[in-house]
Amino acid sequence: MRKPMTGCGKALLFSACLVLLVSGFPSAAVSLEILNVSYDPTRELYQDVNAAFIRKWNEETGQDLVIRQSHGGSGTQARSVISGLEADVVTLALGFDIDAIASRTGFLPRDWQTRLPNNSCPYTSTIVFLVRKGNPKGIRDWKDLAVPGVEVITPNPKTSGGARWNYLAAWGYSMKARPGDEDAARKFVSAIFHNVPVLDTGARGSTNTFLRGIGDVLLAWENEALLAVNRLGRKEVEIVVPSLSILAEPPVALVEGVTRKRGTTEVAKAYLEFLYTEEGQEMCARHFYRPRNSAVAGRFAGQFPKVEMFTLSEMFGSWEEAHQKHFSDGGTFDRIYQ
Amino acid sequence: MRKSRIEKTLARWAGRRRRPRVIPGFGLTMGITMSYLGLIVLLPLSVLFFKSLGISAQEFLRMVASERTLAAFKLSFGTSIIAASVNTLCGLVVAWVLVRYDFFGKAFLDAVVDLPFALPTAVAGISLATIYSRTGWIGKSLSGVGIQGAYSRLGIVIALIFIGFPFVVRTLQPVLKDLDPQMEEAAACLGATRAQTFFKVLLPVLLPAALTGFALALARGLGEYGSVVFISGNMPMKTEIVPLLIMTKLEEYNYEGAIVIAAVMLIFSFILMLAINLLQAWSRRKMEVR
Repeated sequence: MRKPMTGCGKALLFSACLVLLVSGFPSAAVSLEILNVSYDPTRELYQDVNAAFIRKWNEETGQDLVIRQSHGGSGTQARSVISGLEADVVTLALGFDIDAIASRTGFLPRDWQTRLPNNSCPYTSTIVFLVRKGNPKGIRDWKDLAVPGVEVITPNPKTSGGARWNYLAAWGYSMKARPGDEDAARKFVSAIFHNVPVLDTGARGSTNTFLRGIGDVLLAWENEALLAVNRLGRKEVEIVVPSLSILAEPPVALVEGVTRKRGTTEVAKAYLEFLYTEEGQEMCARHFYRPRNSAVAGRFAGQFPKVEMFTLSEMFGSWEEAHQKHFSDGGTFDRIYQ
Repeated sequence: MRKSRIEKTLARWAGRRRRPRVIPGFGLTMGITMSYLGLIVLLPLSVLFFKSLGISAQEFLRMVASERTLAAFKLSFGTSIIAASVNTLCGLVVAWVLVRYDFFGKAFLDAVVDLPFALPTAVAGISLATIYSRTGWIGKSLSGVGIQGAYSRLGIVIALIFIGFPFVVRTLQPVLKDLDPQMEEAAACLGATRAQTFFKVLLPVLLPAALTGFALALARGLGEYGSVVFISGNMPMKTEIVPLLIMTKLEEYNYEGAIVIAAVMLIFSFILMLAINLLQAWSRRKMEVR
């Protein structure tokens, strides 16, 4: 008599057990813990920063702090936070990705970028060129990238945060050369991208492609280029600094919605503020990010080439506007390939 | 007396249900099957469909019918079909060699077949791109004769052949093992030519398994992202596969666009799989009639 129901009954029981099993794992109740969700090239920087901050926090409060870090493509990381990854702080490649978190989750105020000094960017970088040893194609500036026969390597601006800075830097160069002439800018950027034989999905992918021997010039973050040349001892490549580039501002922000719930607001805030201290700024500089603190910048001046830079806001307004115009469906980037 | 009718019905029920089985537990195993399929396969897929229901038909069409999306669909299906076909032919040969002949290092070779399963796809993509790019070993000689290996459609096919290779070999091996060589000998004794033996005796038995292998390799190829993005060059309209297009949409926080493309991809894949399954059932029936 029981039998006819058992299939269904046991199925239900089994599902219930599964749900219990999944939800029942005790959340490890260790000491204070925060999660920093960041983008790819900052891994080594934050390893140093975390170690220093954990020491400092312990001296000041006596608490044991654990800082976990997560790295990946900037957009992918932002999407993880949107769909529930509990990040106490986010340190991403573009403001646009943090804007997306703010507008889709409400965990951050809309004006998050005004909450910390320097536009919430404790360190900056810029876009430079990496060329083959001896610069056989004689690449000096952006205009040399548009010449037919030069192969340019850059990731796809649609999938890579770094590549968006590349694209906007090229666009800005043209707009400075011929103010107000958007048509010329579009043709110029088109010409550059028609010289791109491979559009990798991320910055590290492009670097690999270039080091494999494809292309004449790689558009790269300055910190990545300096790392490749100085640290990895890449003798077969050298850096070329263009006459003008963009001030790339990778921002940091406190995810209040998460920290309030987890009771980590105080420590997460102190963590971000630590980046602005002299000690934090020196670490940024050692990892080839341009520091904001003028004293530290002075000490590391020899490391960073002098380059004239424009900011995103003076050339394009906000990220929202820049994205809408250039990188949305049917934007200027899509039109290059039509 | 009043109870007896109910009792009789129950007895009949029980009698029908309690046909003795060697291994009991239909209820439990069926329960596990349903929960497992539901949780692992159907639940995530149904989310996709519920989400795409919120999009108007016009919007849906506009997103799918764009030139770039269509180009990506053609590329993804085209390259996957080519790669799965190549794998079916070569996989048959490899499986044949591994089953029928004994030679030194056979166990090693047999283990090597599974490597594409174990290797992280990104590693596969990067290694293949290194070899087939115009500075790599094979790419250099290919470009000598005017063929571009990596960063072209050929590159995509190469990556898909690599990751889909084990499927055909592993589905054909057990069938080949069961196949008695005496059948071929009998055919030969009865005067069949070698071609006749292959086409009339071997192929009908192997065909269903080969089709399964083809379908698995095809399905894997359609969904493959990790290795392809490193070797394809990802040029819009030329070497942009559908999974990359979906990633691109996600990167713009365009969840609707991603869902629409994913749903269409899923429908096409499902139709394709269904067709292959029917073909397989048909070939099996045909063999049994014989």
